Parts: sequence; C-alpha cells; structure tokens
Amino acid sequence: MADPMRIRAQAAGDKTTVRVLMSHEMETGQRKDSAGKTIPAWFIQEVTATHNGKPVLSAQWGPAVSKNPFLQFTIKGAKAGDKVAVNWIDNKGDKRTDEATVS
Amino acid sequence: MQTRREVLSRSAALTGLLAGAGLLPQAAQAAWAQAAFEAKTMADAVKALGGGAPAESKDVTLTGPDIAENGAVVPLGCACALPGVKRLLLLVEKNPNALSAAFDVSDAVEANFSTRVKMGQSSNVYAVAMMGDGKVLYAQKEVKVTLGGCGG
Repeated sequence: MADPMRIRAQAAGDKTTVRVLMSHEMETGQRKDSAGKTIPAWFIQEVTATHNGKPVLSAQWGPAVSKNPFLQFTIKGAKAGDKVAVNWIDNKGDKRTDEATVS
Repeated sequence: MQTRREVLSRSAALTGLLAGAGLLPQAAQAAWAQAAFEAKTMADAVKALGGGAPAESKDVTLTGPDIAENGAVVPLGCACALPGVKRLLLLVEKNPNALSAAFDVSDAVEANFSTRVKMGQSSNVYAVAMMGDGKVLYAQKEVKVTLGGCGG
C-alpha cells in the first residue's frame, strides 16, 4: 500500500481550492536500470475526486506526470466542514483513497 | 519439512497475489484511454478521444515557466474561460507520448487544473479544451528545459 496523500482544501467564498500531493514513483517505462534493462512503467492512471461523496472530477494520467504528483483543482459550492476525498488507481491496480475536510 | 497446512496456506496466498497482479490491472486499464496516451502528436491524441480538428483560442490559458531548470518537475496549469468544457488535456509535443494528463470537467469543478509533468527536452506544451459542442480549442507555450526529465 502506498503512502498517504497530503490533501489541503481551503474555502474562499463559494469556491474551494483543493491541493493534493500524492506519493508515487511514476516510472515512465522509458528508463533503463544499471544492467541496461528497461524499468517497467508504473504510474497513476486514474484520479477521481468526490465532494461529500458526490463525484466531481475524474482525470486520466499518462506516465509523463511527475514523480510524487501534485494536483490542484477548484470545487464550486464547497464550504468549510465538507468532506473531499481523492482516489487514485495505478497501472498495477494498486489504489489509494484519502479524505480531507474543507477548512 | 513442510506440513500440509503450510503448503495450503501458501498456495492460497499465491492465488491472491496472482489475482492482484494479473487481473486487477486489466480492469483498471479498461477505463483508461490507451490509444490517446500512445498518440505521438496533439492531433492524434485529440482524435483518439473523439475530438475534431483543434483550433487556437485565446479563451484557453496555459500557465508554465518559460525556462524549466529541471525537466522532471515542470509545473503546468491549464484553464478555460468558456462554459461547456467537457475535457481539458495537457500535452508536451516532444515527449515520447504527447498526452500527459486528461481532466474530465464536471459542473461541480472549475475548468482550471494545475499539476506537474516531466519533459524530456525543450518543447512546445499545449493545453487543449474539448468543448461539449464538439469544438476543440488549444493554447500553446514554449518551455525550455535545461535538464531533461527522462533519465537520459
């Protein structure tokens, strides 16, 4: 199981800015190890976010997203105390969900 | 010497591993637009996602550095001011596969995302907005990379 994500959700007016820092290798499948063998690709493919259990965002990522990916998005209408959950699935089927409260 | 119990529990654990390694990735990949992520150019990636010919637009904004010191971490942001955006894409022209990330926009989120991508070399980056009415708009920006991010 991968390390937890760091999620910060801050409300400003009727909008909430959510910043997520995930912990993932994001191996591209292009690099070679010291023995000259290609390191197989290992990256987050799908990211979804929910606001109080309702899906608000889904994203598909390729291997070109940086290691330990950062994502920022804005939810309309979220207010302090609401729950924001972010979920990712990588190409090996590993998954992780973390939740934060809007402040 | 192995007891029968040990052998059985090990084989059960192995079955679990195989299911985790072999079957789940297929399920995860089913929803992932593989053709789009394998495309080499912006036009091909947009076509693989079902869009038409892209047109440059001032309503799509792309934020990023002019010069990126480290190609492994290039902060990029894409936004679209027009209503009715269905999907926002981030592409790097000279990467092995152009498409980096695709965001599906719903009513509850703003069409404004920031993330970080890897760039192999100095190249044009594109933000592409696929609209609900089938139009495809894009903005481009040149980012110079001092140190490549593809392990070279």
